[in-house]
Amino acid sequence: MRQVIIIGSGPAGYTAAIYAARANLKPLLIASSVEAGGELMKTTEVENYPGFAEGIQGPDLMMKMQEQAEKFGTEIILDDVVSLDLTGDIKTVTLGNGDVHEALTVIFATGSAYRKLGLEDEERLSGQGVSWCATCDGFFFRKKTIAVVGGGDSAMEEATFLTKFADKVYLIHRSDSFRASKVMLDRAAANEKIEFVFNKRVEHIYGDGLVNGLGLIDTVDGTETTLNVGGLFIAIGADPRTHLVHGQLDLTSFGTIAVDGRSSRTNLPGVFAAGDVIDPTYRQAVTAAGSGTVAALDAEHYLAGLPKELTELVEAVSVTA
Amino acid sequence: MSSAKDVTDATFVDDVLNSSDTIMVDFWAEWCGPCKAVSPILDAIASEHSDKIKIVKLNVDDNPEMAMKYQITSIPAMKVFRGGEVVKTVIGAKPKPALEADLAEFLV
Repeated sequence: MRQVIIIGSGPAGYTAAIYAARANLKPLLIASSVEAGGELMKTTEVENYPGFAEGIQGPDLMMKMQEQAEKFGTEIILDDVVSLDLTGDIKTVTLGNGDVHEALTVIFATGSAYRKLGLEDEERLSGQGVSWCATCDGFFFRKKTIAVVGGGDSAMEEATFLTKFADKVYLIHRSDSFRASKVMLDRAAANEKIEFVFNKRVEHIYGDGLVNGLGLIDTVDGTETTLNVGGLFIAIGADPRTHLVHGQLDLTSFGTIAVDGRSSRTNLPGVFAAGDVIDPTYRQAVTAAGSGTVAALDAEHYLAGLPKELTELVEAVSVTA
Repeated sequence: MSSAKDVTDATFVDDVLNSSDTIMVDFWAEWCGPCKAVSPILDAIASEHSDKIKIVKLNVDDNPEMAMKYQITSIPAMKVFRGGEVVKTVIGAKPKPALEADLAEFLV
């Protein structure tokens, strides 16, 4: 039995772990088997994380967070949570390898998962020219003409990054206004290899074996055009990863986990949520880290208020274990 | 470090195509985070099923010829070869149970 189990290994999860570990709560962090470190593992230069004036590579930042969490006594498991029971005083967390862990509190920081276009061809051509990760796959599109679909910062970043390899990058967006920040948008607009394609949505992805073109529908007048490209990178946002807690935790109309005001408290006592999984709006590494801090402090406060019969269970087990 | 043997453009024919074993080639690169994440999982699958399947690694940076021949556009890409032919392709880093399910026909 643990005092706290943290699920997720992005900035929210690791920051919660740093705070919980420094509060001597000996947290267990379930980092996932193949996505440890979260979204930032797929980014390159992070220029807006305070304290790194020269910028830092996303994977390096996550390695440092992990080191910092471990330094204060966080135990990290590289496995996936397959089921959770959050309802009672004692929460149970079941992992992919079959192990079951118990804790008095759970901090849920699972982030978000890439959104798909929802086209049949998307699955068929996934890994054959359709990609969700420019830093992973850009290398294979040297001297090619490719497209990025999306209108946010991640679409701008992917398009800009891909010009290192590709000869030309079309940036397809369904409207003519962008969610992307001005600095990212300006950088993409100034890049000679990037051509913006406004007011189009991707209707078809063509290709037999490898992507060779797109069918686009004009969102204003409905006309259909084709665009010859050798690859498509999809950056149309992400959805909060909540499937593990459906039926247990209340969600908002955005699909994020509902928390009480500016706290991390969910509808269940002892269960806290942090990071992108509660945030439909800001979704930055630094806001996630701040959110992880809130969750650790909320968990610490909750643990301090528990009756002795419960907190003694932790000590009793840790002595015999 | 992975325990899997490295194959190259030069050794691919002998080590993979002419092999009488079922061989899975893990196409990877140093700069690919998901490749590093999936590598120990592939090692575990290989050691648990060493009589059924062999797993080797091909660095796509150093071996562009095979990466191009097999139309790799996304890594990690895992391709299972039997008798010189690709009989299965798995794209992307996945948890161990998901990979075992994808590879089930080769593990029993």
